[in-house]
Amino acid sequence: MAQYQNIFTQVQLRGPAEMGPELPRGSYPRIGNPGFNWLMGKLGNAQIGPIYLGGLGTASLLCGIIAFEIVGLNMFASVGWNPVQFVRQLFWLSLEPPGPEWGFRAMVPLDKGGWFIITGFFFSASVLLWWARTYLRARELGMGTHVSWAFLSAIWLMAVLGFIRPMMMGSWAEAVPYGIFPHLDWTAAFSIRYGNLFYNPFHCLSIVFLYGSTLLFAMHGATILAVGRYGGEREIEQITDRGTASERAALFWRWTMGFNATMESIHRWAWWFAVLTTLSGGIGILLTGTVVDNWYLWAMQHGYAPSYPTTGVVDPATLPGATP
Amino acid sequence: MIGFIRKATIAGSIALLSLTLGGCEIGPKQTDQLGYRGTGMQQVNNPYRKIPAAVIPAKPYDLPADLGPLSSVSYKNVQVLGNVRTEEFNLLMAQMNQWIAPPEQGCNYCHNPENMASDEKYTKVVARRMLQMTQQINSRWSNHVKQTGVTCYTCHRGNVVPVNKWAVKEGAPNPGTITGNKFGQNTPDADVAYASLPNDPFATYFQGKTPIRVANNSRFPTPDHVVSTKDAEKTYGLMMHMSTGLGVNCTFCHNTDSFRSWPNSRPQRVTAYYGIRMVRDVNEGYINGLASVMPANRKGPLGDPYKVNCLTCHQGQNKPLGGVSMIGMAPALKGPVGPPAGMEPAPAVAAPAEDGAAAVPASTPVAPASTGPKKATPAH
Repeated sequence: MAQYQNIFTQVQLRGPAEMGPELPRGSYPRIGNPGFNWLMGKLGNAQIGPIYLGGLGTASLLCGIIAFEIVGLNMFASVGWNPVQFVRQLFWLSLEPPGPEWGFRAMVPLDKGGWFIITGFFFSASVLLWWARTYLRARELGMGTHVSWAFLSAIWLMAVLGFIRPMMMGSWAEAVPYGIFPHLDWTAAFSIRYGNLFYNPFHCLSIVFLYGSTLLFAMHGATILAVGRYGGEREIEQITDRGTASERAALFWRWTMGFNATMESIHRWAWWFAVLTTLSGGIGILLTGTVVDNWYLWAMQHGYAPSYPTTGVVDPATLPGATP
Repeated sequence: MIGFIRKATIAGSIALLSLTLGGCEIGPKQTDQLGYRGTGMQQVNNPYRKIPAAVIPAKPYDLPADLGPLSSVSYKNVQVLGNVRTEEFNLLMAQMNQWIAPPEQGCNYCHNPENMASDEKYTKVVARRMLQMTQQINSRWSNHVKQTGVTCYTCHRGNVVPVNKWAVKEGAPNPGTITGNKFGQNTPDADVAYASLPNDPFATYFQGKTPIRVANNSRFPTPDHVVSTKDAEKTYGLMMHMSTGLGVNCTFCHNTDSFRSWPNSRPQRVTAYYGIRMVRDVNEGYINGLASVMPANRKGPLGDPYKVNCLTCHQGQNKPLGGVSMIGMAPALKGPVGPPAGMEPAPAVAAPAEDGAAAVPASTPVAPASTGPKKATPAH
């Protein structure tokens, strides 16, 4: 009998490839001659392909490639088209947004940040087209659209960081640079500029949901694997026709912590935690600089930042006769 | 096949570990608590990478009992040290020889041996200005150098030009295009601790009066505080220089719950505040003015003379030369006592901040430190 106690999937199916139902007339064809891969079967389904790209997928990939190429070519240009330096410095290189002197103008010279705005356009188009694709694929398959709405929550955070907040601040310079280290340094500088983002309550919420997501994922994955020997991985059947797998999983958590999710509700928990991570994060970013300019002082006002005994140090710039 | 998977997993794990931990420093760490408990205000040091104690050159000779007449009486063209006694003057010249001049040239590095009073060598003109600068630092920047003071050796350490120095960086070859143009950032640069931050903080902040502070004194956006995140990145780059230049963490001065808050900061931040102003005074008041005198090899790519930053004196230590004071060896460098610099009378007084940072007027910027080092905790 198949066992589900292992890190890797123990069961692999072989047979005629599953090709899916006929596509409606006028659709693009599914691409790729399906094959089976034993190693991939260890992680997921052994059948690779076919894929349905369709019009939306093709347009999304095209826009994504354009955005990726603009960023890459800008980085390549910044090292004088030197391939060795491009590889060596890759983590440092970046496509930077326009400086504050350009405000939120639509037309900025290409070398002054215009490329950044064009990249943002194609990147957004790519992501939104892909979103529409996830929505339509789900509809075509007669599924709910939960994946799309969860994806939209992530898109919301991206849009706030790269477009909505810069627009509200009236400055492209507030946007995040496209670069590995540069976007990390931006994050730290952003927090310092706005008086410590850790005191932003929506940032707190976002972290709770982020870490909560990993915890829930670990708990749920472990629980289902643990009752795999009773058919626990057939979660959908267990929702309507509760079997011993479901009973044991529920009892485990009820006896461990007094409360348990159900086979159905655990997925709602997971979905909401994941969605709320970026939803609350986006709200927190949007409020920063627009509504609150110094989160530390804001948190002090609301009695929510700790106050330490003063060190007795006085700002020398406030002393009479101080030079700037 | 199982064996292959196992080998591949092990190889993959090693590759991943070396990639993710490649930036970590191996070895024991010593952690000293610097601030209030629970704030993470700790100085982390690797005992194996301690900077060795500086070799302080011995005094060339002891002064005789009779110091002789004033040097302005004994010598011609003494413009700065004229009120110093001749024997003290001679000793200082011997010390400058020892601290700065190349041994094979000695006095002749600055002087024409035929006419010691002549100013024909540019090095003598520069040296005179540097003497004035040193006196200015010792007499008027005591809020930074305290009673330890500085001598030529603090920076020079036996070199005609201090090892650590800066000049305005050469911009992109084609500023109007993106080719070869990183707009002054996104480069692994030691000046900003190899971050991708803007990497010429010196030209921006170590001359002129560009504001360094970025966080608002008000909770809410105010029209008088429009500071871009890009400005915060520039300030961050400067702080990275200060951190590496002094060999300290951010928390040596700041409580990271609010980098801005002064009542949460250590007194060292005040010392650093005056240090920045001192460096500006040195660069603008003393070094930039020598541009017309200095030859090209003493200037950067854009033709401005090499200037000082934190690293010039500190060289990786929070106290230069490990805190050893050499000023007693060369009292002529103390200079005339004047009012402290950085405190010139000015009408503008900053508005009090919301957390009461400036609510209490104080005659001195620092109260006695209440949160000195408490205990050393072992590395975890």
